[in-house]
Amino acid sequence: MNFKDKIIGKQFVITSEIGPPKGTNIEPHIEEALHIKDKIDAYNVTDLQSSVMRLGSLATCALLINKGLEPVFQITCRDRNRLALQSDLLSAYVLGIRNILCLTGDHPVLGDHPDAKPVFDLDSVSLLKAATDLMNGKDINGNELDGKPDFFLGAVVSPGSDPLEPQIIKMEKKIEAGAKFFQTQAVYDLKAFENFMKKVEKYNVSILGGIVLLKSAGMAKYMNENVAGVSVPDKYIKMMAEAKKEDRPKTSIKIAAELIKGMKSLCQGIHIMPLGWEKYVPLVLEESGF
Amino acid sequence: MLITKLKSYNELIPCFSDKVFVIKCSGCKEVYLPEEEIDIFLEKQNQNIISIKRLDYLCNEDFSRTYSETYNNFIEKSDVVVIFSCGVGVQVISKILEYKKVFAGCDTNYINGFQGISAQSWDCRQCGECYLNYTGGICPITACSKHLLNGPCGGYKNGKCEVNSEMDCGWVMIYNRLLKQKKQEKLITKCRIRNYKKYISTDNKISK
Repeated sequence: MNFKDKIIGKQFVITSEIGPPKGTNIEPHIEEALHIKDKIDAYNVTDLQSSVMRLGSLATCALLINKGLEPVFQITCRDRNRLALQSDLLSAYVLGIRNILCLTGDHPVLGDHPDAKPVFDLDSVSLLKAATDLMNGKDINGNELDGKPDFFLGAVVSPGSDPLEPQIIKMEKKIEAGAKFFQTQAVYDLKAFENFMKKVEKYNVSILGGIVLLKSAGMAKYMNENVAGVSVPDKYIKMMAEAKKEDRPKTSIKIAAELIKGMKSLCQGIHIMPLGWEKYVPLVLEESGF
Repeated sequence: MLITKLKSYNELIPCFSDKVFVIKCSGCKEVYLPEEEIDIFLEKQNQNIISIKRLDYLCNEDFSRTYSETYNNFIEKSDVVVIFSCGVGVQVISKILEYKKVFAGCDTNYINGFQGISAQSWDCRQCGECYLNYTGGICPITACSKHLLNGPCGGYKNGKCEVNSEMDCGWVMIYNRLLKQKKQEKLITKCRIRNYKKYISTDNKISK
């Protein structure tokens, strides 16, 4: 059963993430993905994550399809105008890609080409609308297509944002523009996540809670200070700080499993962002009861 | 340089359904204010207009504070203030009258040549399609680092923008402003897509 059918059938789904390398050395990433394929429903492929120039998401998604893996094509508005975005969506379809995650994208100043022109011709909402228009056989300007794509559209939301209300208002606009599933920013506070889920229950869309594996207490503190919508509670920072270096993965897995177990009853799936710790994903899932 | 154009009647007429105080800005000589067209339009809306004032340099916050004190009795009596000026004038008045509905009556278009007389806290990119009426008088094009039109990205932290921790998130400011006016539902409007043709239009090269 594919990702879309599982979500529509209200089954619990698990997605992971592949961040293409800065260069052409994609093989190890594909190998890691193959290694966990029995437990993963689909793999998000990030689109120049952190605004760093890298191998592209579209090509990596196509490689995954060749290996029999199901990708979620992440597409951002940072680098392409509306012509290029729509064209890449059509390209994705003919390459066999069906799941699309539409994002605004980080600002280029955060990456390794801070002097680049920020595009943002469309944003996450208007990109979703463009994809929906394409599915209806027209481009965003209403011109007829010769052959139309069929996508399963998703978007992101940040449940830990403060203020939260503007995120939820935007989420509603994304749903109106065609989003059927949401993947969230990393969740560390189950209480706040539960509060968020209560507020968005009414929308009746599938939500996959985000999991980022903590690597150290330093990483947690860094995220608390610098990453929007993320706040790691002190108890987890303490756990990571007290763990010996060689025990950190074990502690990180324990924390992730605790969060996943807590989220299971709250949402329709989880989205794991291992950030280089792909090898621990099977252990995280095992300890979470999958 | 810039010129202002009267917004479409479709967009303007709903602004005049309550009691309105009108300000026309006749400040800088570089700006073409479509005054004749404005007056023709205002004549038809006469029944709801409390008063019309023709003032100078709304872009100067000190001037605008003085104006809003001087005409406070008209402002108090009005539900809405409609400003015919460039985008900066509307933003200044919106900030001063934070709890009031302040609407832009004009779109501001770019024309070639020098612009700006003094440094401003506000900016108008002369995009040709003024969004201030949907955003509580804070411009999403200049206040948001990604000039987003449909709400904030996920990049704000403690109300600050992801590109610079000193810079306020434009959309959090817009949300807070609309919250004060109890109009936050205004954020849930149709999906907006910018029309760059209005910005880079050959028509605008003909100065008037």
